[in-house]
Amino acid sequence: MEGYTFTLLIPLILFATFLLIGLAGGKLKPIISGITGVVSLSVVSIISYITAYDYFFVNGKVDGVFGKIIVYDAEWLRFTDSLFIKMGILLDPISVMMLVVISTVSLMVHIYSLGYMHNEGGFSRYYSFLSLFTFAMMGLVISTNIFQTYIFWELVGVSSYLLIGFYYNRPSAVAAAKKAFIVTRFADLGFLIGILLLSSLTGTFDFVELTNVNGSAITAGSSVLFMGLSSMTWALILVFIGCAGKSAMFPLHIWLPDAMEGPTPVSALIHAATMVVAGVYLVARLFPLYALSAPVALEMIAYVGAFTSMFAAIIACTQTDIKRVLAFSTISQIGIMMVGLGVSGYAAETGLGFTASMFHLFTHAMFKALLFLGAGAVIHAVHTNEISGMGGLRKYLPVTHITFLVACLAISGIPPFSGFFSKDEILVAVKEKDSFLFYFESIVSGLSAFYMFRLYFGIFWNRNTTYEHTPHEAGMSMKIPLIILAILAAVTGFIPFSEFVTSDGIPFISHIHWDIAIPATIVGLIGITAAFIFYKKESDLSDKAAASLGGFYNTVHKKFYIDEIYIFVTKKIIFNMVSTPVAWFDRNVVDGTMNGIASVTNFVSEKIKRFQSGQLQQYAFVMVTGMIIIIALIFYFLKN
Amino acid sequence: MEQIVFYILASMIVIFSVLTVTTRKILRAAVYLLTVLLATAGFFFLLNFNFLAAVQLTVYAGGIVVLIIFSIMLTSHVNERLEATGNRKKFFSFVAVLAGALICISTILDYGFKEKSDIEINTSMSKIGTDLLSYGDGGFVLPFEVISILLLAAMIGAIVLAKRETQN
Amino acid sequence: MENISIEHFLIVSTLMLFTGIYGFLTRKNLITMLMSAELILNSVNINFVAVNKFLYPENLQGQFFAMFVIGIAAVEVAVAIAIIISLYRKVRMIDVEKVNEMKY
Repeated sequence: MEGYTFTLLIPLILFATFLLIGLAGGKLKPIISGITGVVSLSVVSIISYITAYDYFFVNGKVDGVFGKIIVYDAEWLRFTDSLFIKMGILLDPISVMMLVVISTVSLMVHIYSLGYMHNEGGFSRYYSFLSLFTFAMMGLVISTNIFQTYIFWELVGVSSYLLIGFYYNRPSAVAAAKKAFIVTRFADLGFLIGILLLSSLTGTFDFVELTNVNGSAITAGSSVLFMGLSSMTWALILVFIGCAGKSAMFPLHIWLPDAMEGPTPVSALIHAATMVVAGVYLVARLFPLYALSAPVALEMIAYVGAFTSMFAAIIACTQTDIKRVLAFSTISQIGIMMVGLGVSGYAAETGLGFTASMFHLFTHAMFKALLFLGAGAVIHAVHTNEISGMGGLRKYLPVTHITFLVACLAISGIPPFSGFFSKDEILVAVKEKDSFLFYFESIVSGLSAFYMFRLYFGIFWNRNTTYEHTPHEAGMSMKIPLIILAILAAVTGFIPFSEFVTSDGIPFISHIHWDIAIPATIVGLIGITAAFIFYKKESDLSDKAAASLGGFYNTVHKKFYIDEIYIFVTKKIIFNMVSTPVAWFDRNVVDGTMNGIASVTNFVSEKIKRFQSGQLQQYAFVMVTGMIIIIALIFYFLKN
Repeated sequence: MEQIVFYILASMIVIFSVLTVTTRKILRAAVYLLTVLLATAGFFFLLNFNFLAAVQLTVYAGGIVVLIIFSIMLTSHVNERLEATGNRKKFFSFVAVLAGALICISTILDYGFKEKSDIEINTSMSKIGTDLLSYGDGGFVLPFEVISILLLAAMIGAIVLAKRETQN
Repeated sequence: MENISIEHFLIVSTLMLFTGIYGFLTRKNLITMLMSAELILNSVNINFVAVNKFLYPENLQGQFFAMFVIGIAAVEVAVAIAIIISLYRKVRMIDVEKVNEMKY
C-alpha cells in the first residue's frame, strides 16, 4: 500500500550500519562507531514512531478494523511455481507494536552502551553486532511469511550467539554462547519441520493467507489424524517447540541463564526485551491458526507457560547472581505471556488474553530492560555480579536506585506502574478460562514480587558493605536511558492497549477488574513484605529459612538440577552409549577400510614398480615382442 | 643386367646392415651405415626414381651420416671398442627379430601382389615440382609446408638443447 | 625389370627392418641405437618406393612420402644428437643401460 514504503528504510538503514561499522570499524575511532550506531538507531526509531502513529491513529484503521498491510513483497527465491519465498514488510498491530518496542529498547541500549562498554575492547565489533541484531529482529517482526521469519529467526540466533560470546577470551562466555546456539538450534529443528508441515498442509508460507479466518488454511489438515491429534495441531506444536527454544520455555530454558555471560546491555536488549519474546510474537502471529484449528496446541502452550513461570520464579528466589535472578525472572514473565496467549480465544472480548499478552510483552520489555540496565549500572559500579558483594548502595547510586525501584514495582504489579495493568489483564483472561491457572499465576506473581524485592533490598539496603573503590553513579549516557525507561515503565500501563492490539484487529474497551486487581496487588504486597522482612536489614532470617527448607532449597538453588540432567543425558547416554561406538566404528571400520585400500595399493605398487626399470631397450623389446605376437595371432588364427 | 645389379645391391644392403648393428667399432658402424644408405640410393636409381635417389645421397649420406660421425667424434675415441652386449639379451632379441622377419616374409610371399607393369611411371623433375606445390589431387603443398615448419622447429630445438648452459 | 618383382624389394626391406630392430634392442651406445633407427626408416623408404613403382605407378605418392620420411629422419637425427650431446656433457657417458635416472 502507498504511504508506508518508507518503512523499507528500517531494515536497510540497520543493515547498512552493520556493514559500515563491521567493515570499516577497525579503522574508525571506537567512539565514532558507537555514535554511528546511535544515530542510525535514532533515525530508525523516529521512522518506527512515525509508522506507529500513522498506523494506529491515521491510516491503519479501515472500517473499525486494524488490518494487515503488505507494504512491500518481493519474490526472493522461486523453486517451483507453487513453492517460492518472498521477502517483504507486513504491518499489523503487533508488528507495529514490536517496531516501537525494539527500536526504543535498542536505542536505549545503544546509548547506554556508549558509557557501559567504554573501557572494553572491541567497541566497533560490539556495535556492528548490535546493529546486526536489531536488523534481524526488525526483519523478523515485519516478515510477510513464515519462511522469512525463519531466516531472520536464525539471524537473531546468530547475532545472539556472537554477542553472548562477545568476551571470547573468557571460556565460560564461549561455552554459554555455544550452549545458547545449540539449544535454540535444536529447537529450531522442530520449528523447521513445523514450517514444512504447515506449508505442505496449507500450500502457502504467507501469513496473511495462513491467518485469514475465512480462508482455506484454517481448516486445512484438520481431518488427518496422527496419534489422536490433527496434523495441523502437530505442525503448530512443532512450531511452538521453536518458539519455546527461543523464548526459553521449560525444558529448553537452560541457555538463557548462561547467556548472561554476555555484556549486560546485550542481556537487556536480546535476552530480556526482544529476542526472547520472539517466540511469544510468533505464536501471536499465527494466533488465528492456534485458536481456531488447534485449540489443543494452545492449551498445551498455556500449561507449558504456566509451569515455566512457576518453575523459573521459584529458582529466581534462590539465585545470588543478580543477572541470573533477572534471567529467571524473564523466563517466568515470558511464561506468563504464554499463559495469556494460551487462554485466549479469538475475536473481540474473548481475545482479551491475546491483548493482555501483547500488553505484557510491551510493558515487560520496558521494565525488564530497565532492570537489566540498572543491574548493569550496579555491576559497573561495584565490579561484581554477586548479590553478597553488594548492599547499601542507595547512598552511592541514587538515580539507579530510584529507577530500579520503579522497575521492581512495575514487575510486582503495584499500581499505577505498568506491570499492574498488563498483569491484571492477563489474570482476568486466565480467570475466565481456568480458575486453577488463575491461582497458580497469582502465586507466581507474588513470587515475582518477592524475588524482585529480594534483589532490590539486597542491592540497595541490607548491610553497609565497605567497598574498595567508592561506587559512583555512571555517566550521563548511562543515566539518561535509565530515566527514560523508568518513565516508560511507570506510565505505559495507561495505554489503552485493547483499543489498538487485539486478536482480530477489532478494538474493544477493557476495564480494570478491581475484583481481581485488588487481590493481585495484595499478593504482590505480601511478596514485597516478605522480602522486606528477610532482606531489608542484615539478618540471618533468610539463611534460617533456607536451612529449614533444607534439601528443597538446595535443589532449587541448583535450578532443579536441570542442567545436570542435560549433561547426564548428553554425556552419559548419548556420548557414551551412542557416540563412542559410532566413533569407534568410524575410526576402525570406515577409516580402516580406507587405510586398507591405501596400503594394499601401496604394497602392490611397491611390487610392480620394478617393471619400470628405466631400461629403454627392455621397453622396446617388450613392445616389439608384443607386436610380433599380435601380428602372428592375426595372421595365423584370425585369418582363417 | 638389372637383375645382377639388384642382387649386388640387395646383398650389400643386407650384409652391411648386419655389420652396422654388430661391429664393435663405432666409427666403422657409421661407415657401414653409409654404405647401406648408398646401396639404397642405388635401389632408387634402379627403380628410376632419380630425384629421390639424389635426395637420399645428399640428405642421408651427405648430411645425416656426417652429423652422426661428428657426434661420434665428440663423445668417444675413434679406436674405442664398444662394450659387448650380454648373450641373453642378444639371444632373445635375435629370436624375436627372426620370428618377426619370418612372419613378414611369409606374408609377403603369400599375398600375391597385382603389379601394374603396363603404365610407365613419370618421375620427371617438372612433375615432382608441380605435384609438390599443387593442392589438388595428388598435390602435396600442405605436408611440404608442414615439414618446413618442422625443420625450423627442430633446428631451434637442437640449438637450445645442445647449447652450453650458462654458468650462473 | 621382368625378373625382379615387388617381393624382392619387400624382402630386402624386411631384412633391413629387422636388422635395425635387432640393433635397436642390443646396442648399448645411444649413437649406434640412433643408427639402427636410421636403418628402420630407410627400410620404410624402400617399401614406399617399391609399392609406388609396382602397384600404383599412376602417381608419385610413395616417392613424396619417402621424401618426407627423409626430412623427418634428418630432424630426428638433429634433435637426438643434440640430446645425446647435452646428456654426454652432463654425465660423461651415453650408455643407454646406465641412463635410467628417470625410472619409477
